[in-house]
Amino acid sequence: MKWTLDKAKPLCPQICEQVCLKIALGEFKAGEKMFSVRETALLAGVNPNTVQKAFEQLEQDEILYSVRGSGWFVSEDITKAENTLKNLVAEKTEMYFNSLNALGMDNDSIKNYVKEWDNE
Amino acid sequence: MSELLRCENLTKTYHNTKALNSINLTLESGKIIGLLGPNGSGKTTLIKLINGLLTPTEGKVLINGNAPGVKTKSQVAYLPDNSYLNSWMTVKQIINYFADFFEDFREELAYEMLKKLGINADTKLKTLSKGNKEKVCLILVMSRNAKLYVLDEPIAGVDPAARDYVISTIINNYNPDATVLISTHLISDIEQILDEAIFIQHGDILLHKSIDEIRAENNKSVDELFREVFRW
Repeated sequence: MKWTLDKAKPLCPQICEQVCLKIALGEFKAGEKMFSVRETALLAGVNPNTVQKAFEQLEQDEILYSVRGSGWFVSEDITKAENTLKNLVAEKTEMYFNSLNALGMDNDSIKNYVKEWDNE
Repeated sequence: MSELLRCENLTKTYHNTKALNSINLTLESGKIIGLLGPNGSGKTTLIKLINGLLTPTEGKVLINGNAPGVKTKSQVAYLPDNSYLNSWMTVKQIINYFADFFEDFREELAYEMLKKLGINADTKLKTLSKGNKEKVCLILVMSRNAKLYVLDEPIAGVDPAARDYVISTIINNYNPDATVLISTHLISDIEQILDEAIFIQHGDILLHKSIDEIRAENNKSVDELFREVFRW
Protein backbone atom coordinates (compact mmCIF):
# COMPACT_ATOMS: atom_id res chain seq x y z
CA MET A 1 0.00 0.00 0.00
CA LYS A 2 1.24 3.45 -0.87
CA TRP A 3 1.47 6.43 1.42
CA THR A 4 -1.15 8.93 0.33
CA LEU A 5 -0.69 12.30 1.96
CA ASP A 6 -2.77 15.42 1.48
CA LYS A 7 -0.53 18.47 1.18
CA ALA A 8 -3.16 20.83 2.52
CA LYS A 9 -3.34 19.10 5.91
CA PRO A 10 -0.85 18.66 8.75
CA LEU A 11 1.37 15.67 8.05
CA CYS A 12 1.79 14.17 11.51
CA PRO A 13 -1.88 13.11 12.02
CA GLN A 14 -1.93 11.76 8.45
CA ILE A 15 1.07 9.54 9.15
CA CYS A 16 -0.65 8.27 12.32
CA GLU A 17 -3.79 7.46 10.36
CA GLN A 18 -1.92 5.69 7.57
CA VAL A 19 0.03 3.54 10.02
CA CYS A 20 -3.28 2.55 11.68
CA LEU A 21 -4.76 1.64 8.29
CA LYS A 22 -1.71 -0.42 7.36
CA ILE A 23 -2.03 -2.31 10.65
CA ALA A 24 -5.78 -2.82 10.25
CA LEU A 25 -5.31 -4.07 6.67
CA GLY A 26 -2.60 -6.49 7.73
CA GLU A 27 0.43 -4.88 6.09
CA PHE A 28 1.99 -4.57 9.54
CA LYS A 29 1.01 -7.43 11.84
CA ALA A 30 0.33 -7.44 15.59
CA GLY A 31 3.54 -7.79 17.60
CA GLU A 32 5.78 -7.45 14.54
CA LYS A 33 8.67 -5.06 14.12
CA MET A 34 7.93 -1.87 12.22
CA PHE A 35 10.14 -0.07 9.72
CA SER A 36 12.51 2.33 11.44
CA VAL A 37 11.71 6.02 11.60
CA ARG A 38 14.22 6.76 8.84
CA GLU A 39 12.98 3.97 6.55
CA THR A 40 9.40 5.11 7.02
CA ALA A 41 10.45 8.70 6.31
CA LEU A 42 12.09 7.62 3.06
CA LEU A 43 9.13 5.46 2.00
CA ALA A 44 6.61 8.18 2.73
CA GLY A 45 8.89 10.95 1.44
CA VAL A 46 8.61 13.01 4.60
CA ASN A 47 10.87 14.39 7.28
CA PRO A 48 12.12 11.88 9.89
CA ASN A 49 11.16 14.30 12.67
CA THR A 50 7.54 14.11 11.53
CA VAL A 51 7.61 10.30 11.58
CA GLN A 52 9.25 10.34 15.02
CA LYS A 53 6.47 12.60 16.33
CA ALA A 54 3.79 10.39 14.74
CA PHE A 55 5.28 7.21 16.23
CA GLU A 56 5.44 8.82 19.68
CA GLN A 57 1.79 9.80 19.30
CA LEU A 58 0.92 6.22 18.31
CA GLU A 59 2.83 4.95 21.33
CA GLN A 60 0.69 7.12 23.59
CA ASP A 61 -2.38 5.66 21.91
CA GLU A 62 -0.97 2.16 22.54
CA ILE A 63 -0.92 1.30 18.85
CA LEU A 64 2.88 1.01 18.67
CA TYR A 65 5.50 0.49 21.32
CA SER A 66 9.23 1.11 21.29
CA VAL A 67 11.97 -1.08 22.66
CA ARG A 68 15.17 0.75 23.52
CA GLY A 69 17.88 -0.28 21.11
CA SER A 70 15.73 -2.36 18.80
CA GLY A 71 13.12 -0.03 17.41
CA TRP A 72 9.37 0.11 16.98
CA PHE A 73 6.81 -2.70 17.20
CA VAL A 74 3.09 -3.07 16.57
CA SER A 75 1.07 -3.68 19.75
CA GLU A 76 -0.43 -7.13 20.34
CA ASP A 77 -3.85 -5.56 20.64
CA ILE A 78 -4.76 -3.91 17.35
CA THR A 79 -8.39 -2.99 18.11
CA LYS A 80 -7.57 0.72 18.19
CA ALA A 81 -5.99 0.58 14.74
CA GLU A 82 -8.99 -1.38 13.46
CA ASN A 83 -11.30 1.26 14.92
CA THR A 84 -9.48 3.92 12.92
CA LEU A 85 -10.21 1.97 9.75
CA LYS A 86 -13.87 1.50 10.77
CA ASN A 87 -14.28 5.21 11.49
CA LEU A 88 -12.71 6.13 8.18
CA VAL A 89 -14.93 3.71 6.26
CA ALA A 90 -18.00 5.03 8.11
CA GLU A 91 -17.00 8.61 7.34
CA LYS A 92 -16.42 7.94 3.62
CA THR A 93 -19.65 5.95 3.33
CA GLU A 94 -21.60 8.75 4.94
CA MET A 95 -20.05 11.27 2.56
CA TYR A 96 -20.93 9.07 -0.40
CA PHE A 97 -24.52 8.59 0.69
CA ASN A 98 -24.92 12.27 1.55
CA SER A 99 -23.67 13.38 -1.83
CA LEU A 100 -26.06 11.05 -3.68
CA ASN A 101 -28.93 11.91 -1.32
CA ALA A 102 -28.35 15.51 -2.35
CA LEU A 103 -28.97 14.47 -5.97
CA GLY A 104 -32.34 13.08 -4.90
CA MET A 105 -31.51 9.37 -4.69
CA ASP A 106 -32.81 7.43 -1.68
CA ASN A 107 -30.63 4.98 0.27
CA ASP A 108 -32.20 1.82 -1.24
CA SER A 109 -31.59 2.91 -4.80
CA ILE A 110 -28.03 3.86 -3.91
CA LYS A 111 -27.46 0.36 -2.50
CA ASN A 112 -28.90 -1.20 -5.67
CA TYR A 113 -26.72 1.04 -7.75
CA VAL A 114 -23.61 -0.03 -5.80
CA LYS A 115 -24.49 -3.71 -6.35
CA GLU A 116 -24.98 -3.19 -10.07
CA TRP A 117 -21.75 -1.22 -10.31
CA ASP A 118 -19.84 -4.00 -8.57
CA ASN A 119 -21.26 -6.66 -10.93
CA GLU A 120 -20.11 -4.84 -14.03
CA MET B 1 17.02 20.75 20.63
CA SER B 2 19.56 23.45 21.14
CA GLU B 3 20.06 26.78 19.47
CA LEU B 4 22.30 26.53 16.42
CA LEU B 5 21.98 29.83 14.63
CA ARG B 6 20.97 33.26 15.83
CA CYS B 7 20.53 36.53 14.00
CA GLU B 8 20.21 39.68 16.09
CA ASN B 9 18.96 42.86 14.43
CA LEU B 10 20.76 41.67 11.33
CA THR B 11 20.79 44.39 8.68
CA LYS B 12 22.48 44.55 5.29
CA THR B 13 22.37 47.58 3.02
CA TYR B 14 23.84 47.76 -0.46
CA HIS B 15 24.43 51.49 -1.09
CA ASN B 16 20.91 52.76 -0.48
CA THR B 17 19.03 49.48 -0.97
CA LYS B 18 18.06 47.64 2.20
CA ALA B 19 18.45 43.91 1.56
CA LEU B 20 17.83 42.79 5.12
CA ASN B 21 15.87 44.87 7.54
CA SER B 22 16.97 44.26 11.14
CA ILE B 23 15.90 40.64 11.30
CA ASN B 24 15.84 38.48 14.42
CA LEU B 25 15.88 34.76 13.83
CA THR B 26 16.73 31.67 15.86
CA LEU B 27 17.17 28.22 14.34
CA GLU B 28 17.38 25.05 16.41
CA SER B 29 19.45 22.00 15.63
CA GLY B 30 17.87 18.87 14.18
CA LYS B 31 15.50 20.55 11.73
CA ILE B 32 14.98 20.89 8.02
CA ILE B 33 13.97 24.47 7.36
CA GLY B 34 12.75 26.10 4.16
CA LEU B 35 13.78 29.68 3.43
CA LEU B 36 11.07 30.84 1.07
CA GLY B 37 10.56 34.15 -0.64
CA PRO B 38 10.19 35.74 -4.07
CA ASN B 39 13.20 36.90 -6.12
CA GLY B 40 15.11 39.72 -4.50
CA SER B 41 13.59 39.16 -1.07
CA GLY B 42 16.92 38.75 0.74
CA LYS B 43 17.34 34.95 0.81
CA THR B 44 20.79 34.85 -0.71
CA THR B 45 21.93 37.88 1.30
CA LEU B 46 20.97 36.08 4.52
CA ILE B 47 22.75 32.94 3.36
CA LYS B 48 25.90 34.85 2.43
CA LEU B 49 25.92 36.55 5.82
CA ILE B 50 25.67 33.15 7.53
CA ASN B 51 28.67 31.99 5.53
CA GLY B 52 30.75 35.09 6.14
CA LEU B 53 30.81 36.11 2.48
CA LEU B 54 29.21 39.41 3.42
CA THR B 55 29.61 41.43 6.59
CA PRO B 56 26.53 42.80 8.31
CA THR B 57 25.86 46.53 8.09
CA GLU B 58 24.39 46.29 11.57
CA GLY B 59 23.59 43.53 14.04
CA LYS B 60 25.18 40.10 14.10
CA VAL B 61 24.85 36.47 13.13
CA LEU B 62 26.09 33.70 15.41
CA ILE B 63 26.55 30.00 14.65
CA ASN B 64 26.90 27.96 17.80
CA GLY B 65 27.81 31.22 19.52
CA ASN B 66 30.56 32.17 17.05
CA ALA B 67 30.59 34.86 14.39
CA PRO B 68 31.23 33.49 10.86
CA GLY B 69 34.91 32.62 10.49
CA VAL B 70 37.30 29.71 10.28
CA LYS B 71 35.60 27.89 13.14
CA THR B 72 32.08 28.16 11.76
CA LYS B 73 33.17 27.24 8.24
CA SER B 74 34.32 23.86 9.51
CA GLN B 75 30.77 23.31 10.82
CA VAL B 76 28.73 24.78 7.98
CA ALA B 77 28.39 23.07 4.59
CA TYR B 78 27.37 25.63 2.00
CA LEU B 79 25.93 25.14 -1.46
CA PRO B 80 26.10 28.51 -3.28
CA ASP B 81 23.59 29.51 -5.92
CA ASN B 82 26.24 29.40 -8.65
CA SER B 83 29.18 27.11 -9.20
CA TYR B 84 32.56 28.17 -7.85
CA LEU B 85 34.54 25.07 -8.84
CA ASN B 86 37.35 25.00 -11.40
CA SER B 87 35.80 23.61 -14.54
CA TRP B 88 39.03 22.05 -15.80
CA MET B 89 39.10 19.67 -12.82
CA THR B 90 37.63 16.17 -12.94
CA VAL B 91 34.99 15.14 -10.42
CA LYS B 92 37.57 12.89 -8.76
CA GLN B 93 40.06 15.75 -8.40
CA ILE B 94 37.40 17.90 -6.79
CA ILE B 95 36.51 15.14 -4.36
CA ASN B 96 40.19 14.81 -3.39
CA TYR B 97 40.33 18.57 -3.00
CA PHE B 98 37.33 18.56 -0.68
CA ALA B 99 38.59 15.55 1.30
CA ASP B 100 41.85 17.43 1.78
CA PHE B 101 40.17 20.64 2.78
CA PHE B 102 37.37 19.51 5.08
CA GLU B 103 38.03 17.24 8.01
CA ASP B 104 34.41 16.07 8.06
CA PHE B 105 34.31 15.03 4.36
CA ARG B 106 33.09 11.44 3.76
CA GLU B 107 34.74 10.34 0.53
CA GLU B 108 33.04 6.94 0.28
CA LEU B 109 29.63 8.53 0.60
CA ALA B 110 30.46 10.95 -2.22
CA TYR B 111 31.41 8.11 -4.60
CA GLU B 112 28.34 6.13 -3.61
CA MET B 113 26.07 9.05 -4.48
CA LEU B 114 27.87 9.68 -7.79
CA LYS B 115 27.35 6.06 -8.75
CA LYS B 116 23.63 6.20 -7.89
CA LEU B 117 23.19 9.24 -10.11
CA GLY B 118 25.28 7.72 -12.88
CA ILE B 119 28.01 10.35 -12.96
CA ASN B 120 31.47 9.20 -13.99
CA ALA B 121 34.12 10.49 -11.57
CA ASP B 122 36.69 10.84 -14.36
CA THR B 123 34.68 13.44 -16.32
CA LYS B 124 35.83 17.01 -16.32
CA LEU B 125 33.41 19.42 -14.77
CA LYS B 126 33.14 21.55 -17.91
CA THR B 127 31.83 18.62 -19.94
CA LEU B 128 28.98 17.94 -17.51
CA SER B 129 25.49 19.27 -18.18
CA LYS B 130 24.10 22.04 -16.00
CA GLY B 131 21.91 19.61 -14.05
CA ASN B 132 24.73 17.12 -13.52
CA LYS B 133 27.07 19.90 -12.39
CA GLU B 134 24.47 20.90 -9.81
CA LYS B 135 24.21 17.30 -8.65
CA VAL B 136 27.99 17.13 -8.17
CA CYS B 137 27.92 20.34 -6.12
CA LEU B 138 25.13 18.99 -3.94
CA ILE B 139 26.94 15.67 -3.47
CA LEU B 140 30.06 17.52 -2.32
CA VAL B 141 28.05 19.46 0.25
CA MET B 142 25.97 16.54 1.53
CA SER B 143 29.09 14.37 1.86
CA ARG B 144 30.27 16.56 4.67
CA ASN B 145 29.28 15.72 8.21
CA ALA B 146 28.38 19.27 9.14
CA LYS B 147 26.24 20.82 11.85
CA LEU B 148 24.51 23.20 9.50
CA TYR B 149 23.85 22.66 5.80
CA VAL B 150 22.94 25.79 3.87
CA LEU B 151 21.59 25.00 0.43
CA ASP B 152 20.87 27.91 -1.90
CA GLU B 153 18.49 26.70 -4.64
CA PRO B 154 19.65 23.07 -4.60
CA ILE B 155 17.14 21.56 -7.02
CA ALA B 156 16.39 24.32 -9.50
CA GLY B 157 18.26 22.83 -12.46
CA VAL B 158 17.78 19.15 -11.66
CA ASP B 159 15.26 16.95 -13.48
CA PRO B 160 12.19 15.78 -11.48
CA ALA B 161 13.40 12.18 -11.11
CA ALA B 162 16.77 13.26 -9.77
CA ARG B 163 14.94 15.77 -7.56
CA ASP B 164 13.39 12.84 -5.74
CA TYR B 165 16.85 11.38 -5.28
CA VAL B 166 18.17 14.70 -3.99
CA ILE B 167 15.31 14.87 -1.50
CA SER B 168 15.91 11.33 -0.31
CA THR B 169 19.62 12.16 -0.04
CA ILE B 170 18.74 14.98 2.29
CA ILE B 171 16.52 12.70 4.41
CA ASN B 172 19.10 9.91 4.34
CA ASN B 173 21.98 12.05 5.48
CA TYR B 174 19.85 13.73 8.06
CA ASN B 175 21.56 13.57 11.38
CA PRO B 176 19.50 14.36 14.46
CA ASP B 177 21.95 17.09 15.52
CA ALA B 178 22.27 18.81 12.17
CA THR B 179 20.06 21.45 10.63
CA VAL B 180 19.42 21.94 6.93
CA LEU B 181 18.44 25.38 5.67
CA ILE B 182 17.11 25.24 2.10
CA SER B 183 16.26 28.27 0.01
CA THR B 184 14.02 27.50 -2.94
CA HIS B 185 11.10 28.49 -5.15
CA LEU B 186 10.13 24.87 -5.76
CA ILE B 187 8.09 24.65 -2.60
CA SER B 188 5.70 21.89 -3.57
CA ASP B 189 8.63 19.59 -4.29
CA ILE B 190 10.21 19.94 -0.88
CA GLU B 191 7.51 20.94 1.57
CA GLN B 192 6.92 17.33 2.61
CA ILE B 193 10.36 17.11 4.13
CA LEU B 194 10.40 20.47 5.89
CA ASP B 195 9.92 20.96 9.63
CA GLU B 196 9.63 24.71 9.46
CA ALA B 197 9.19 27.42 6.88
CA ILE B 198 10.48 30.97 6.91
CA PHE B 199 8.75 33.46 4.59
CA ILE B 200 10.89 36.44 3.71
CA GLN B 201 9.93 39.55 1.72
CA HIS B 202 11.69 42.90 1.13
CA GLY B 203 14.24 41.93 3.77
CA ASP B 204 11.65 41.26 6.49
CA ILE B 205 10.64 37.96 8.00
CA LEU B 206 6.91 37.59 7.48
CA LEU B 207 6.48 34.23 9.14
CA HIS B 208 8.50 31.50 10.82
CA LYS B 209 6.41 28.48 11.79
CA SER B 210 6.28 24.72 11.70
CA ILE B 211 4.79 23.23 8.53
CA ASP B 212 2.06 21.40 10.40
CA GLU B 213 1.03 24.63 12.13
CA ILE B 214 0.84 26.42 8.77
CA ARG B 215 -1.30 23.67 7.30
CA ALA B 216 -3.57 23.43 10.34
CA GLU B 217 -4.12 27.19 10.53
CA ASN B 218 -4.70 27.82 6.84
CA ASN B 219 -6.03 24.49 5.56
CA LYS B 220 -3.60 24.87 2.68
CA SER B 221 -0.28 23.53 1.60
CA VAL B 222 2.72 25.79 2.13
CA ASP B 223 2.93 26.18 -1.65
CA GLU B 224 -0.64 27.50 -1.81
CA LEU B 225 -0.06 29.83 1.11
CA PHE B 226 3.10 31.15 -0.56
CA ARG B 227 1.22 31.92 -3.77
CA GLU B 228 -1.43 33.74 -1.74
CA VAL B 229 0.97 35.77 0.40
CA PHE B 230 3.18 36.77 -2.49
CA ARG B 231 0.41 37.30 -5.04
CA TRP B 232 1.13 40.16 -7.39
